[in-house]
Amino acid sequence: MSEVAQHVVVIGGGMVAHRFVEALRSRDESGRWQVTVVAEEPRPPYDRVALTTYFTGRDPEDLHLGDDALWQDPKVSLRKGIRAVAIDRDGRHVTLATGETLAYDHLVLATGSYAAVPPVEGSDLQGCFVYRTIDDVAALRGYVEALRREHPDRPVRGAVVGGGLLGLEAAGALRELGAQSTVVEFAPRLMPLQVDDGGGAQLRSLIEALDVTVRTDTATAKVLGARRGLVTGMRFADGSDLDVDVVIFATGVRPRDELGRGAGLAVGERGGVVVDSDCSTTDAAISAIGEVACIDGRVWGLVAPGYAMAEVVADRMLGGTATFPGADSSTKLKLLGVDVASFGDAFATAPGCLEVVYADAVAGVYKKLVVSDDARTLLGGILVGDASSYAALRPLVGSELAADPSAYLVPDSGGLPAGDDLPDEATVCSCNNVSAAQIRGAVTDDGCCSLAEVKGCTKAGTSCGSCLPLVKKLTDTALEAAGVAVSRGLCEHFELTRAELFNAVQVTGARTFSEIVERHGRGRGCDICKPVVASILASLYGGHILDGEQGTLQDTNDHMLANLQKDGTYSVVPRIPGGEVTPEGLIEIGRIAKDFDLYTKITGGQRIDMFGARVEQLPLIWRRLVDAGFESGHAYGKSLRTVKSCVGQTWCRYGVQDSVAMAIRLELRYRGLRSPHKLKLGVSGCARECAEARGKDAGVIATDKGWNLYVGGNGGFTPRHAQLLAEDLDDEGLIRAIDRFFVYYIRTADRLQRTAPWLEELPGGIDHLREVVLDDALGIAADLDAAMEQHVSSYSDEWRDVLEDPEKLARFTSFVNAADVPDPSLRYEQERGQRRPVLVAGERIEVRR
Amino acid sequence: MTTETWHPVSRLDVLPRDRAVPALVDDHQLAVVRLADDRVFAVDHRDPFSGAHVIARGIVGSATVDGVEVPTLTSPMFKQVFDLRTGRCLVDDSKRLATWDVRLRDGMIEVRPRASGAAEDQPEVAS
Repeated sequence: MSEVAQHVVVIGGGMVAHRFVEALRSRDESGRWQVTVVAEEPRPPYDRVALTTYFTGRDPEDLHLGDDALWQDPKVSLRKGIRAVAIDRDGRHVTLATGETLAYDHLVLATGSYAAVPPVEGSDLQGCFVYRTIDDVAALRGYVEALRREHPDRPVRGAVVGGGLLGLEAAGALRELGAQSTVVEFAPRLMPLQVDDGGGAQLRSLIEALDVTVRTDTATAKVLGARRGLVTGMRFADGSDLDVDVVIFATGVRPRDELGRGAGLAVGERGGVVVDSDCSTTDAAISAIGEVACIDGRVWGLVAPGYAMAEVVADRMLGGTATFPGADSSTKLKLLGVDVASFGDAFATAPGCLEVVYADAVAGVYKKLVVSDDARTLLGGILVGDASSYAALRPLVGSELAADPSAYLVPDSGGLPAGDDLPDEATVCSCNNVSAAQIRGAVTDDGCCSLAEVKGCTKAGTSCGSCLPLVKKLTDTALEAAGVAVSRGLCEHFELTRAELFNAVQVTGARTFSEIVERHGRGRGCDICKPVVASILASLYGGHILDGEQGTLQDTNDHMLANLQKDGTYSVVPRIPGGEVTPEGLIEIGRIAKDFDLYTKITGGQRIDMFGARVEQLPLIWRRLVDAGFESGHAYGKSLRTVKSCVGQTWCRYGVQDSVAMAIRLELRYRGLRSPHKLKLGVSGCARECAEARGKDAGVIATDKGWNLYVGGNGGFTPRHAQLLAEDLDDEGLIRAIDRFFVYYIRTADRLQRTAPWLEELPGGIDHLREVVLDDALGIAADLDAAMEQHVSSYSDEWRDVLEDPEKLARFTSFVNAADVPDPSLRYEQERGQRRPVLVAGERIEVRR
Repeated sequence: MTTETWHPVSRLDVLPRDRAVPALVDDHQLAVVRLADDRVFAVDHRDPFSGAHVIARGIVGSATVDGVEVPTLTSPMFKQVFDLRTGRCLVDDSKRLATWDVRLRDGMIEVRPRASGAAEDQPEVAS
């Protein structure tokens, strides 16, 4: 601690700069370094790779990287919207555009790239764009939307110059904006740097099927403009013209090395500040990382090598000896919904190597593996149309294959490695450079017991997520091997997980706990497995939860159809769908609360909770509520709770859809649906999101065209924002998607696992869920739909059912031998005009998890 | 209340199996449990951890203790598990439930406070 604090200045506020600051702060335990980040863009670092999602209605803030707490760290200062203009190496300071100077002990250049615009006449006309920053895409969106208003009679016509990765992203963006899209590529195929001719041809036909026009072998000669300086068309080298309103240049990037040049640092032949394997420039006090660095004679335009460089510099600044481990240009992308992956020696440049190709034009798939001359060692590959095997194949590059190469290409041949046969040194997560050995070590040495813990510990799978299925396999295998094999069973009575038990019960058709525990477990059950079985039976067969033996399985809340409070009384919550209630309804609730002297409070879910009801009073209260038109709100169940909504279009001057009507429709559809944990929904009538829908398991947000559906959000102990599942759905599409999502979750989630951690653990994550729900990738959609239909058609109010069934009603007595004597131990006092319980004795206990 | 007097609380055949019911004996609240095999236990209704009278509303089941399967009841409040035979809390030694002697007369369950010093494992009544 005796060290004098030193100052590191980082020029650039992109993804690599963010990773550097995160790495330095997490390791600099003694607080040796004070960090200042000078960012040209007016916002904290964001996920540039996911830029296109800006068009899918996501808030730009969703793109922010990591935890915003990093920027509140007193050791870190983020200067947004300021450009650095010069470096004084002798004086060791940086001059900012404001004239201010910043002294440094160490300087890190992370200035990245700029989008290169070819010297084509007319490329400076209004209507020409590049595709690099949030500001770029925001300007593009504004321009296209203005054009659409100006020409409501015809579609906006857009063109993208460049058919590489960025160009196809941009074409996707145009499509999202409702514009026509033409991709113009100089090379004979799309993505010439990533795929070969065969892959390019398949990619082209998949993209043309999406109404994107593709012109390869085409050079752009000129952008044509009208007198006002607006783009009107393009002229190609062959003399032909194309009418367009918008042109996006996506013809590559160039390193932003001007500061380094100006300061006399060595610069590579094709640009980029030259650095050694430790990422230091020709001035030892200055490092360069990311796209501005020229390392081993080349500049990397990918994020993974940039992250690796950031880690190297952070390590070195704290006395470490890390060096750049090298990188490869492996990529996996989803462009316009089309999978494209390319890894290792994709173009078969190794002497004597062989190519094994599987192409199915009907299925729209092209797959190629490059193997050594003896066909045993994997060298690289290209996957177009279906890149699901990428995560398993890429780490095998350089390893001997366990089977014939073709086994890895043919669908469902089972040739993919299970995860346990990956060599230790294989890189599993290329974004964060995590090896198989590190993942195994996280389990064996660091004691991680779940995928989530391994992700937190190693960062594997936390960037693009494509490797998650493999990380999960490795984690599971390591857990089993280590014998820490945390039993995934429910409890001492069942070795099965909840999902496995669900399946088993579904298959055997068993309908009672006795039968189920005899077949699949042992003993007489407990407070863990009995409610799980009750929930499974409710999900599968419906019926009243207190019917027969099922009643004895319920936790006290479900058993009493009310919520247990600390003094042993219960609270009662009638359903108020969508939070809409008539004055008469409110008055009646008030009367009931008054008559039974119930403490009354508005809940967070837009309804009213009445506390202090004794067991023998519950049916009397329900009778009054049912007569007034209310029903059970299932506040006690692991089931649908509320659908929160804003007032929506009917009253709100900003609303674009009727959020209340939709909320009521959803609440009435899913009421009573039993699930592994409680379910909450929210419906907002516009993007202002007053219903806080993205904090719900299913959040619905109105758009001009319909509804966006977000899933997997929750509040509670670990709050999560829901993720976008689908956009611009119509009413029926929305309901179908939620139906399937819920049933799939109910069938596969673990006990008490809410949708957020379920989605986190789901192999393939949100993409997989989307494929199941929207594309029926598992072929189970009809089954899921039928299950929800059965639920909806068999719903009946649980309170009313008890009132009409003398046998069930008989349970609601205070004592078996004194049915109407109230619990003599209850005591109350007054507070703020209502009563509150006084506990005679007792203590606070940590809830057992 | 003396330990000699037996108090009738309920007919056996009206009770649900594998679930407890609360009963009131003088001013004392207890939980009476009828297992699936018709063994009957009675313990205090007051949860010693929360102080609330809720024990009879817990889930009845079994746990393996030292290789033996014992009947259990879990408090619905904070989920501590109790051995129904002895009232011992299986997860926290510091507290326990008082247990009651149980007998069956002509289909009627009768209880009385267990005399201090009586064998903890004093067997229940089988019907």
